[in-house]
Amino acid sequence: MLNGIRSIFGFVIYPLQTIASTPSELSLWVEEEFHSHQSLIDENETYRTENLLLKAQLQKFTSLQAENIRLRSLLKSSRKLSDQILIAETITVDLDPYKRQIVINKGQRSGIYAGQPILDAYGIMGQIIHPGGPSSTAILITDPSHAIPVQNNRNGLRTVLYGTGSANLLEVQNLPNNADIEVGDLLITSGLGGRFPEGYPVAVVKKIKRDPGQPFAQIIAEASAHLEQSREVLLVMNSDRKIPKNDAQEHTQTQNNTNEAEQ
Amino acid sequence: MSNKPAYHGGIVILISFAIAFILTMLPLSDNIKIYRPEWLTLVLIYWCVALPHRIGVFSGWCVGFLFDIHSGSLLGQHALTLAIIAYLSYKLHARIRLYPLFQQSFIILLLVALSQMLILWINGIAGETYGDWSYWIPSLTSMLIWPWLFYLMRNIRRLYGIN
Repeated sequence: MLNGIRSIFGFVIYPLQTIASTPSELSLWVEEEFHSHQSLIDENETYRTENLLLKAQLQKFTSLQAENIRLRSLLKSSRKLSDQILIAETITVDLDPYKRQIVINKGQRSGIYAGQPILDAYGIMGQIIHPGGPSSTAILITDPSHAIPVQNNRNGLRTVLYGTGSANLLEVQNLPNNADIEVGDLLITSGLGGRFPEGYPVAVVKKIKRDPGQPFAQIIAEASAHLEQSREVLLVMNSDRKIPKNDAQEHTQTQNNTNEAEQ
Repeated sequence: MSNKPAYHGGIVILISFAIAFILTMLPLSDNIKIYRPEWLTLVLIYWCVALPHRIGVFSGWCVGFLFDIHSGSLLGQHALTLAIIAYLSYKLHARIRLYPLFQQSFIILLLVALSQMLILWINGIAGETYGDWSYWIPSLTSMLIWPWLFYLMRNIRRLYGIN
């Protein structure tokens, strides 16, 4: 019910938020508009090379995926391989400085719901907490009240990552001193808890302090997503939710065919 | 003169609150952010002191409520805080008006610090973290900005004949 109230009064606040974010958007626009010809050419060049590289990797990915499906069907385990993605932009406004939250420019009208995971090009950013009409508030993984189930990409060790409240850092609170985890390990979502899709990068282990006097190791990890910089965010749509028709053209599917291994 | 004095200039009051909102939301870099005065509290105190018969606890509650909606904080925490601040400035309005600006600033410091303390208490109960001493800087900057804000608001009020 409180969320209903929030989304109703969000309509009052939305114009103010839009005005407040205008200066920074304007400076961005000016920057884009007055790019020199040469720098545009350079940028284009970089993108072209990057595109080529990514396409080459994608070729490999397709064959690997096919192989993965084959192997999984042999093992008789099922797994959804498709996630629908919706793109939204962040509205640059300052919120409570002691929380890690952002406002995005898509709301319930675009089918956004509470608990929906958001990510950027580099990893998981957080999840939606207050879906409004025209805009929504999302909590970042670094917020001190946020926790996310992860696993170590190297050996599958499962744990939970907690936010610390500082800009990019997360911590693992409950791994014993002898747990197999090293600096540089990539932590990916484990899909446990059913909220975040499995297999997206979350953080990289940055510092480990093993104090024999303490029951647990102190592990600090750095978020993979560019939490404070990303302007465009991706929203993962749960596959059993319907997307409103008017937004359908904005949706892109990472995979066209919804492959399920178990047939 | 009729029994019911015609109030006017309500739109100016609304716009002043809207501007205070925008100043509060304006994205700033992390270094400057901690010095941001509590614009909403200041504007609310000004109107409570200048027009105690029009702006009071209810207006304070509404402004705080909208701020809660915006900032994603616990629904009602700023509403409660600003309602209390509005009540106090209503009680003190006759005195505050008589004080010289310098002395007014100290009252403002106390009121803004009180509002911050209430927010801190509520956050503490809700189990949220507290930063460091820089949390209290907005009280000081609010105190320093008050004389200028007061002059500006008084000129605006006289210009539009709001009473």
